[in-house]
Amino acid sequence: MKTDKILLDHGSGGKISHRLTQELLLPVFDNPILAELNDGAIFELNGRRVAFSTDSYTVDPIFFPGGDIGELAVNGTVNDLAMCGAVPAYLSAALIIEEGFPTEQLQAIVASMGRAAEFAGVQVVTGDTKVVPRGAVDKIFINTSGLGVIPAAVEVACHRAQPGDVIILSGTLADHGVSVLARREGLSFDTTVQSDTAPLNHMVRAMFAAAGGGIHVLRDPTRGGLGTALNEIAEKSGVGIRIHEERIPVKPEVAALCELLGFDPLYLANEGKLIAFTAPEDAEAVLRAVRSDPRGRDAAVIGECSADRPGRVYMQTRIGGTRIVDMLAGEQLPRIC
Amino acid sequence: MTIKHSEEYRDAELSRRLVEKIRQTSRRPIRLMEVCGTHTVSIFRSGIRSVLPQTIALLSGPGCPVCVTDQAEIDAFVALARQPGVTVATFGDLMRVPGSASSLQREKAEGRDVRIVYSTVDALAIAQKDPGRQVVFLGVGFETTAPTVAAAVAAAAGLKLANFSVISAHKLVPPALEALMAIEAVRVDGFILPGHVSVIIGLDAYRPFFERHRLPCVVAGFEPTDILQAVDMLVGQIEADRPALENAYPRAVSADGNAKARKVLAEVFEPADACWRGIGRIPASGLRIRAAYAAFDAERRFGLTLPEAKPPKGCACGEILTGKKTPPECALFRKVCTPLDPVGPCMVSSEGTCAAYYKYSDA
Repeated sequence: MKTDKILLDHGSGGKISHRLTQELLLPVFDNPILAELNDGAIFELNGRRVAFSTDSYTVDPIFFPGGDIGELAVNGTVNDLAMCGAVPAYLSAALIIEEGFPTEQLQAIVASMGRAAEFAGVQVVTGDTKVVPRGAVDKIFINTSGLGVIPAAVEVACHRAQPGDVIILSGTLADHGVSVLARREGLSFDTTVQSDTAPLNHMVRAMFAAAGGGIHVLRDPTRGGLGTALNEIAEKSGVGIRIHEERIPVKPEVAALCELLGFDPLYLANEGKLIAFTAPEDAEAVLRAVRSDPRGRDAAVIGECSADRPGRVYMQTRIGGTRIVDMLAGEQLPRIC
Repeated sequence: MTIKHSEEYRDAELSRRLVEKIRQTSRRPIRLMEVCGTHTVSIFRSGIRSVLPQTIALLSGPGCPVCVTDQAEIDAFVALARQPGVTVATFGDLMRVPGSASSLQREKAEGRDVRIVYSTVDALAIAQKDPGRQVVFLGVGFETTAPTVAAAVAAAAGLKLANFSVISAHKLVPPALEALMAIEAVRVDGFILPGHVSVIIGLDAYRPFFERHRLPCVVAGFEPTDILQAVDMLVGQIEADRPALENAYPRAVSADGNAKARKVLAEVFEPADACWRGIGRIPASGLRIRAAYAAFDAERRFGLTLPEAKPPKGCACGEILTGKKTPPECALFRKVCTPLDPVGPCMVSSEGTCAAYYKYSDA
């Protein structure tokens, strides 16, 4: 570690976060299950394959257009399990609350967690509550962990993309990232953009029903965005990836705000979108399954894998040019303008 | 032809036609320089370099506000952040720029009060909300940003705010163009002039520069099509040996600019010499807060002096900013200097040339 202090960049989900994981965490917890670095751990328990995942949720503001931290905390872990190919079943929920936090807001957040769990078809079966002195956390932090069983025919992982695979994105990019940015203190833009927070397990179930073995990789491009997720898959699978700018759905208001602030939607967070790498012959069936879900109506085939330039992600631009899509380095910072 | 939405400017078909036309017209090998960081990013993100013919080389000039900010100014920002009772309000892309010993980001991690704002108005609001703290806004940027800073200073004066001040490290584009031409090793056959800056200062602000050097100059917007349009016009001028000062962004840029913005700018600021990274001192290329507003000048309020500061060893940012070198020609590029561990500002800023090369190209 080159820095003697932890910076916000270490939590960006980009290269600098990876370095933290690689240099500080992996050497200590060294084991083959962790080393896979999937969205959740995948292992066998009494002859059944299960997925186990955990995530902590800290978002500012805690209530944002289209959702709140409670819904996000349930959906996020449900999605991490779904991306392992698992059927999410049980969740834990731990709340760390700042002294003085309004009870009414806590009720709203917990109610929202309940609704999200019901919608996703999971149960919160264990939990914990801590209250810390004012200033020790910012309002409320939530941790959720989850467990799910992986059906026998399903095998998805970050390293399973193959040359020829087709890449499907389930909808518009960067809605969550922009909705949160737009509401953050100090930024007074009026925008109609809503967070896309949603559980993806129902969509995933439909996808496997349409083409079980043909789906090789599933990923929800949350922190770090699509650009970072594609780079991780290209690297772990040893394939080259090419995506096409004009096929990537981005809402016009999202594109406009990104342009204003100098942000790239490729690196902003999504909380209800997935990317799927599928065998070319199954791509149409999978795309149809995604689009049949109300949250997948804008789904599109955005690119493909090849054996060329393994580990690299390229973009064919609207004007017919080509450029690299690199992994996010640290947090995106608004530019001067 | 009326074009309404920004999306339509990206129209692939129009771009392809422009590229085709450029390919047919361009004969002489030429070097065109864009003098705006937003252009640099747009060129890389849209892959414009990859579609232009070999005859055309695009160079990035001193157009990234963070990149041209002198090392001594960065050091002064860090020194301000360390003063007790001071809240530093800054645009985000200054956070990571390494000064001689630290950066604003590091100071923030140390517990200093450094806040990212999206406009000067936000900094003013912080000062109003918290009268117990001295709020200093870091005024970095070109003619585009400076009027909003001037308006904030004027507003602070109206409100008689005793806890708001600005450190003015603003830079002006026309004097920088002039200085570039004076550097011997700089060879440019035409300039793509900045769109946003020109919205404020107007096309005529470049007239004296153009008349002196008779070099092709075209003001451009920021969509890939806008930039290709400007390149097409520059190629046309060069091939016909008819240099001109032209406007490829008439939907936003007028001959005399934005009078209201220029007025508030002149009310609060006056031209002053400024130090540019990589170029050095350029006469009348910066903005100083006028005596009438001295109370809001952070340099005076905190008695700041800007000691000489040397740029990092081996860093070629200076040569890159003037188009003398491209990032791959810098010994540190990709080896020692990366977005994770940037040595110079051109790798830090999202609009920096080195960051753009690193992120978007194979070179």
